[in-house]
Amino acid sequence: MILSDLVTLLEGEVLFPEADLDREVPCAFASDMISDILMCTKESTLLLTGLTNNQVIRLSDMIDLIAIVFVRGKKPLQDVIDMAQERGLPIITTKFTLYRCSGLLYNAGLRSCKI
Amino acid sequence: MRVCAAVKSNLMSEYRYVAEGFEDAVQHFEELKPEAEVKLQFAIPEKDFNTAGKGSFELKNMLKRLGVDSVVLRRIAVASYEAEINVAAHSKGGIMYSTVYENLIHVCFEDQGPGIADIEQAMTPGFSTADDLVRELGFGAGLGLPNIKKNSDAMSLVSAAGSSTKLEFLIYFA
Repeated sequence: MILSDLVTLLEGEVLFPEADLDREVPCAFASDMISDILMCTKESTLLLTGLTNNQVIRLSDMIDLIAIVFVRGKKPLQDVIDMAQERGLPIITTKFTLYRCSGLLYNAGLRSCKI
Repeated sequence: MRVCAAVKSNLMSEYRYVAEGFEDAVQHFEELKPEAEVKLQFAIPEKDFNTAGKGSFELKNMLKRLGVDSVVLRRIAVASYEAEINVAAHSKGGIMYSTVYENLIHVCFEDQGPGIADIEQAMTPGFSTADDLVRELGFGAGLGLPNIKKNSDAMSLVSAAGSSTKLEFLIYFA
């Protein structure tokens, strides 16, 4: 699956225009707790989360994130969007819940990130 | 990671961990006290979640330039970031000291208190004393110290209630 397929599937909105949506998405992880997300040290992963503060973008400085999907209609503030853009990290928002997003992506064949 | 005088006098408690297979290497490192190749230092202000994490990012970038393997880099970054957040979230501020040696990194965090009353409890996955502000940001899962341990080859935590806390870890590059 590439990112643009995922945006369609989740009826998402890409939060800055130049985001690279041709990226291959090998696996995903979903959580609202930062320490949980930091368990993903073994491979690059997509992150689904309801957290929208700047520390979520900072996570991508520590582990390798392919992109971040903000669920439940959440949208970060502009300075957080700018941080993602500086890093070339695609960020997407969707009105779907974390559970629904996970179910849709899992059904479409996206596996869980190894932890 | 020498035991400080206060620990010897039993005023402070210590948690110490060495990963399986690294006992000899860690002992060798502590006895040999090799010369450092690079040293980095960062201040970590209390409750400043705009700055918190920058030190770990700088450290990761420097090690990347030195050619450290990407999986090892992520382990170092995660351990360091968790510790940096701990200092910002739970202490009155502190300093992060990173020392790079030929085949490993030593990172030490020293804060200005208020200290950890029960270290064993603090090491328990899921246990957290994070306040509402910290939890709102997505911290406070109670996995910070366990994540540091999981990613380290050796770790030491020395503290007491009403005192400063010193956390150190070692991670080998290969």
